[in-house]
Amino acid sequence: MPITETHEIHNRRLGRNIGVALTLAAFVAVVFFLTVSKVRNGGSVEAYDHTVRPSITEEDSQ
Amino acid sequence: MSDFTANTSTPPQEAGFGDYFALLKPRVMSLVVFTAFVGLMVAPQSVPPMVGFAAILFIALGGGASGALNMWYDADIDRVMARTSGRPIPSGRVAPGEALSLGLWLSTLSVVMLGLAANWFAAGFLAFTIFFYAVIYTMWLKRSTPQNIVIGGAAGAFPPMIGWAVATGGVSVESLLMFALVFMWTPPHFWALALFMKSDYDKAKVPMLTVTAGRPHTRRMILVYTLLLAPVAIAAGLTSIGGPVYLAAAVVLNLVFVKGGYDIWRRDEAAARADDYRTEKKVFRFSLLYLFLHFGALLAEAGLRSVGLGGW
Repeated sequence: MPITETHEIHNRRLGRNIGVALTLAAFVAVVFFLTVSKVRNGGSVEAYDHTVRPSITEEDSQ
Repeated sequence: MSDFTANTSTPPQEAGFGDYFALLKPRVMSLVVFTAFVGLMVAPQSVPPMVGFAAILFIALGGGASGALNMWYDADIDRVMARTSGRPIPSGRVAPGEALSLGLWLSTLSVVMLGLAANWFAAGFLAFTIFFYAVIYTMWLKRSTPQNIVIGGAAGAFPPMIGWAVATGGVSVESLLMFALVFMWTPPHFWALALFMKSDYDKAKVPMLTVTAGRPHTRRMILVYTLLLAPVAIAAGLTSIGGPVYLAAAVVLNLVFVKGGYDIWRRDEAAARADDYRTEKKVFRFSLLYLFLHFGALLAEAGLRSVGLGGW
């Protein structure tokens, strides 16, 4: 038989779930905008593996 | 049927989101946010606004994590003190294990994210601060020495240094003086509280100075610390983060605080009980304003400097 009545505990759980969802969304937003800010203000952006890295080649580092 | 009856007669002890938030000690977190923000703003180097915002957020989260660890460890004494008996663990809304795991996860997250957002020196500093508050203060000093407030106060004094380290990547005399300001302010602030929250600390067997060395000695020490605090607060005004506005504010605020310390020292218990600790309560309330206005004045100096005014 389905539960039709909402107990106080269901409201509390809903509030908790919404809180966690909003916190996670806010965390994602912070990481995203932090990345945008770092890329805009940062130094060189280069791939890491299987590619030439200008920052560690001798000519560029001198 | 009987199970159903049993379930309705006992209130559900399931935590809401607010209970987990309360574990982070939001009021302490607000002090951490404010002092760390000032430390960041008065530093000679600036950081992009988003980096600054994220750094303050993760410093606050680290402070909150240490609050959760503190509540986990102190649940037994929180239960017997009226002031803290309504906290999420003693009231049964959050299980101790949940608080511990929240504290540990948030500690890790805040330190790693601060390292990625700002620099690893600041992140290491935050990790040390969490360790200092949760282990050195909560687990060790708080229950073993009446000097708990004095040494443990360092944990609350680190945030402006972390804010400064976010911008500069290091430590300097200015950030050390901001640390010293909060460090020296903590004992008179808490001892004034301990004088009028007497029975709470007695009941919990926390060795507050009022219990171990007596109340007249505590009154004397409040005056001593307000006297030691004054030169530290004024010295910060003579460095690169100070200026005429801060110095004027520091002189006035310290005169009032020393006067408060003197008034507490001059009173005896009978007089204090007669007016329900009016002076002690007044000095406690003023101590909050004292710290807020000092850091507010430092922020004002930074604001004035940015438009070509302020500073020396």
